[in-house]
Amino acid sequence: MEKRTAAVSVRNVTKRFGPVLANDKVCLDVYRGEILALLGENGSGKTTLMNMLSGIYFPDEGEIFINGKPVSITSPKESFRLGIGMIHQHFKLVDVFTAAENIVLGLEEKLDMKTAIKKIQKICDDYGFDVDPKQKIYNMSVSQKQTIEIIKVLYRGADILILDEPTAVLTPQETDKLFAILSNMRNAGKAIIIITHKMHEVQAISDRVAVLRKGQYIGEVKTATTTAQELTDMMVGHSVSLNIERSEPVNPRPRIEVKNLTVKDEEGTVKLDNISFTANTGEILGIAGIAGSGQKELLEAIAGLQVVEPGSSIAYIEDDGTRDELIGKDPLAIQDMGVSLSFVPEDRLGMGLVGNMDLSDNMMLRTFRRGKSFFTDRKRPRKIAEDVVKDLEVSTPSLNTPVRRLSGGNVQKVLVGREITSAPKVLLTAYAVRGLDINSSYTIYNLINDQKKQGVAVVYVGEDLDVLIELCDWILVLCGGKVSGIISGRGADKQEIGLMMTRVGGLAPEQAMDVLRNQQIQEGGQDHE
Amino acid sequence: MFDIISFIPRAVVQGIPLLFGSTGEILTEKSGNLNLGIPGIMYVGGICGVIGSFFYEQSLADKADINGFLAIAIPLLCCLLGSLLMGLLYCFLTVTLRANQNVTGLAMTTFGVGVGNFFGGSLIKLSGAEVPSIALSSTSYYFHRPLFADNLGWFGDIFLSYGFMVYLALAIALILAYVMNHTRTGLHLRAVGENPNTADAASINVTRYKYTATCIGSMIAGLGGLYYVMDYASGVWSNNAFGDRGWLAIALVIFTIWRSNVGVLASILFGGLYILHMYIPTGANPAMKELYKMLPYIVTIVVLCFTSLRKKREDQPPQSLGLPYFREER
Repeated sequence: MEKRTAAVSVRNVTKRFGPVLANDKVCLDVYRGEILALLGENGSGKTTLMNMLSGIYFPDEGEIFINGKPVSITSPKESFRLGIGMIHQHFKLVDVFTAAENIVLGLEEKLDMKTAIKKIQKICDDYGFDVDPKQKIYNMSVSQKQTIEIIKVLYRGADILILDEPTAVLTPQETDKLFAILSNMRNAGKAIIIITHKMHEVQAISDRVAVLRKGQYIGEVKTATTTAQELTDMMVGHSVSLNIERSEPVNPRPRIEVKNLTVKDEEGTVKLDNISFTANTGEILGIAGIAGSGQKELLEAIAGLQVVEPGSSIAYIEDDGTRDELIGKDPLAIQDMGVSLSFVPEDRLGMGLVGNMDLSDNMMLRTFRRGKSFFTDRKRPRKIAEDVVKDLEVSTPSLNTPVRRLSGGNVQKVLVGREITSAPKVLLTAYAVRGLDINSSYTIYNLINDQKKQGVAVVYVGEDLDVLIELCDWILVLCGGKVSGIISGRGADKQEIGLMMTRVGGLAPEQAMDVLRNQQIQEGGQDHE
Repeated sequence: MFDIISFIPRAVVQGIPLLFGSTGEILTEKSGNLNLGIPGIMYVGGICGVIGSFFYEQSLADKADINGFLAIAIPLLCCLLGSLLMGLLYCFLTVTLRANQNVTGLAMTTFGVGVGNFFGGSLIKLSGAEVPSIALSSTSYYFHRPLFADNLGWFGDIFLSYGFMVYLALAIALILAYVMNHTRTGLHLRAVGENPNTADAASINVTRYKYTATCIGSMIAGLGGLYYVMDYASGVWSNNAFGDRGWLAIALVIFTIWRSNVGVLASILFGGLYILHMYIPTGANPAMKELYKMLPYIVTIVVLCFTSLRKKREDQPPQSLGLPYFREER
């Protein structure tokens, strides 16, 4: 088996960015008819390595062989010519164009949409894609867009495919579909490299795994003969416990009670439809759902940042049982009651932190209104910044470094850390581990768990279902702005949650039935996208 | 009584400078460049043509010796060259140096109008005329002469009574619409204006497309200035006579929702609205006239309201319009 010529073979490739060694003498082989998973933490050089194959960067040292012949890949065009197709994490598609127009974009031959559409149809038939070439991109779901990206590289005749974290945006069902397609392509003799840091996906799809750590090639193993624990240890360099501890909630009491919450956006589209749930002290309530199912609106409504429809009610219940209505309250007043929101948007900085300000100034954003003096108090924010840096192991040159210069993981630690130091009663976090590697993610999970133990009511909006199931006491599944079900995190089934994410009710288990009964009768088991 | 037979040809000749301007601007905007320098570029196009033909006429001992080919070619080339330079300047500032497009465009309009008036004034001095204008009637004859023989009554008046630049404007607008929607060049250009990142990843040269589209767009717009002086104004240049037609051309771009074939009829409609006050009794109050002159702008605002309300994705401006393109450096 090892005698075959490798489709791609990378030998001792080194790439430096200034003083930073992004790739240090990396070697890698991929054969036809196999799927190689490339595993590594953030900043381990996975993407740099792949960008050298797709012609975006040029290696400083070392050689690349395609089908046994030495090549120098100087541009994306050259990479196309060698049959390498890269599917980027962020889709490169023009929204107002049709699928077919996007697929032929950048090619040189005469524009002939009819022939192109025929060719696309053939590719779809060969690999089992379900796509309408004449559909506009802006009408497509995320998974359809990804399919278009894959067809795009196949249309160009690529037989070496590189996928950069392809499952980050997909539901479990869509992931299964993608994996089925990848298997088809593997059987058709393509060489496939998939970049990921989700262990279970590595085990589900790959034949071999190559691990990078801090730019260095650590080794490769056959998927069949390894375990998640072994891979993680290789990736991190020391032993990491993969279990998220989940303590039993101590004396949970209702803290936030949401009843019949309905939110419409400016155009009148219903974003949240009659949502009711309770968040208890000392518990973590997870919120699952496809991106854009109303997670953002839900958290913002609680924080007082959303206009809600009449009839909605959000009650804040004090320790002594007194109820306070949050709707109609000023966001500042809600914040002062101890409701803290940390939302990590896709660009990480967009909400909550100011990129050009340094760490202590960003801490001050939370406290600058306090104090009677005309001048701001700079000492306390500085102290908070020091504590956050120390406690969360934020790696920063100094406290005076602008936040935008920190790496993504550190930015998130600063954001979450700041919210936690304000000693909240309710902690709302969304996508707190977005784009973080395993090590940093676990730091954040531990922080959240600490808050839970101190009796904070935590609402955790997450993307990774495995984590939600391990971390949360309860999981509320949103589907198109409706509560699809509320289930216990203990013993929850991932497939089931996946189904609930795509269809209201899904196969809701017994606990959820009470909550849902009234709603379901009205819905009549209607399907929702 | 409303005289439709004489109204339409006048609407057409009013509309043609707008059509040139808006066709050029559509081409430019499709590449993602919002060139608000168009009014200035049209001025420059006009004055360059005037300069060229002024010196050509001066070099002739007898105006009757004028060569028909040169009388057209010299102002045409001067006009194209002048507007090309303006386009190149705009591209250098906004594409290469990534300056703010709005500021650059507005500065270029101020600059272009100034250039027009400066050289216009100089030529008037040179010619020693008593009125503050230059008359290039010999050159204008070749521009103004109807392209088709006409003995067809009202049909001829409406369709065949124009100089060659009118038909040129219609042809350019229709050809541009075809290129935009049916060729690979058009597809790539639209991709550049919508999402330059994607275009770049598909190995389309974003900078080259932006430069080419903006420069050709400027040259087309410049022709509008030339048409105005040589044909519409019968070869008479006087400072500021071109007026606000450049802005009307930009309004027309929005009115046609970035479709140059729609521009053919829309420009005639705009031209008609522009001169409507001459055909409708406005009474003694001169303010009424000015109110009628506002019609094209009001119509544009109404169209803008409708397209914004309908939110149809195809009717929106190119997505990256006005934004400089930075290649992602990671």
